[in-house]
Amino acid sequence: MSLRQLPPGADAIDVASLRVSYDDVTALEHVSLRVRPQTICGLIGVNGSGKSTLFKALMGLVQATSGTVRIFGAAPKDARKLNAVSYVPQAEDVDWTFPVSVRDVVMMGRYGSLGHSRRPRPADRAAVAAALERVGLVDLQHRQIGELSGGQRKRAFVARGIAQDAGLLLLDEPFAGVDKASEAGLTGLFKDLRDEGKTILVSTHDLAGIPQLCDEAILLHQRVLAHGRPETVLTNENLALAFGTALSDVPEGHHGHH
Amino acid sequence: MDIINWLFEPLQYGFLTKALLVTVAAAAVSAALSCWLILMGWSLMGDAVSHAVLPGVALAYIFGLPFSVGAFVFGAGAVALIGAVRSTTKLKGDTAIGVVFTALFAFGLAIISKTPSQTDLQHILFGNVLGVSLPELLQVLVLGAATLAILLYKRRDLTLLAFDRIHAHAIGLNTRWLTALLLGLLALTVVVGLQAVGIILVVAMLITPGATAFLLTRNFDRMLLISITITVAAAVAGIYASYYLDVSTGASVVLAQALVFLAVYLLGPRNGVLWQWRRRRARAAESRQHEQIPA
Repeated sequence: MSLRQLPPGADAIDVASLRVSYDDVTALEHVSLRVRPQTICGLIGVNGSGKSTLFKALMGLVQATSGTVRIFGAAPKDARKLNAVSYVPQAEDVDWTFPVSVRDVVMMGRYGSLGHSRRPRPADRAAVAAALERVGLVDLQHRQIGELSGGQRKRAFVARGIAQDAGLLLLDEPFAGVDKASEAGLTGLFKDLRDEGKTILVSTHDLAGIPQLCDEAILLHQRVLAHGRPETVLTNENLALAFGTALSDVPEGHHGHH
Repeated sequence: MDIINWLFEPLQYGFLTKALLVTVAAAAVSAALSCWLILMGWSLMGDAVSHAVLPGVALAYIFGLPFSVGAFVFGAGAVALIGAVRSTTKLKGDTAIGVVFTALFAFGLAIISKTPSQTDLQHILFGNVLGVSLPELLQVLVLGAATLAILLYKRRDLTLLAFDRIHAHAIGLNTRWLTALLLGLLALTVVVGLQAVGIILVVAMLITPGATAFLLTRNFDRMLLISITITVAAAVAGIYASYYLDVSTGASVVLAQALVFLAVYLLGPRNGVLWQWRRRRARAAESRQHEQIPA
């Protein structure tokens, strides 16, 4: 199965009136948003604003209390079966001591299209080799995953999404713990991937990097406060709404993690 | 040759040959499962399942059923109960585990205390590998082979589950089913292992092999191979030590595993504590030398 079986012309992400509650806490409400294919969309909000919940809803990891989610026109369950979505986790959510090599991690991108025992075929090895080449990790492919730098670790997980041939990449704080030079490299890689047809939704604290990286931005605080071109979204007024007083305490040029 | 005599003398006794077979089978299966168990962070779950099978074993003896049936029912039942307590309360996972397995263990003790002496508590708790009957040996071999085969066949999925559950879900794998499978295999492994070393010590067979192998490699397939090889070797050494030193077989087998762990912990080529200590000392000496050279 492949992405090509999905209806043509559909939005990469189409969320309508989404509401997600855990017990008595509402994480998301009245969330409606559409992201066209081949777009890099920044997702901005404080911790607890519902960014992670939105990611989970896109992957079908949480049940919507009401509303609908469509990925390339398909329900999350079907999108998963079609390998349409790939998730790059936050650094702190990964066990970096786990005994897997960089190549092993990238190969995990192929599992969805493999048989029950997930034994790789020559085509899968070729896809993994191409993905490693694409992100520039060929020389480091036999290293244990934790033996990479922050930026290289992100590249490894992005390569997994490339090997998966996912149309939508969900990146959770990809720039946290990454130095400036690697950040510039990653930004270039994401733009190249967009130009090749990928859609990228990236949650980030790095407000300064957003105009540079993103085609559009979404400001989230349980609901969508603003969605549009970065310069129209990132106004002082909107940021004050999303970040409250937290941001006014932060000196200019410093992007704090709250 | 003395050494040949030394090796073959115990095998003249049928019960020792059977003990060796049971222990090797249990060692191989638990060493394999152990690799996933420690990476999942499920060591306490292993402890829980192994204790929780006690009432199952006791009831199986009373009703004349194969011990493995009773043990598996209660092992799987404990897992289900823990899951139920966890999902219907806000208690932390280890709390749910603690409540359920101690209750089941106590239930088992109560059953045994009320039944006539044909169920020997000592044997269930600490193993009775020297008294294994032929049907018990066959159960261990069949269950062990089946568990190992399923583990190896699904090893890539199980490793992905342990490494990145969200990705497994995102590419359409059924993570609930895989979790249930691994828990079921854990229960089966306990069933196989308790015949060799008993309920109390089977948890050592579930944790120590994976821990030792983890210290020796950073590649999962190699970890699996190292774990199985070392554990089977230590099991055989444990059986011989038990024969020649006349100590409890279960204890001897588990002590052999622990000694291998200790050796790897101290002397392991990758991160042995002794080498780390020597490196630190060498660095300290070097920096002292630099300080003594006038600028």
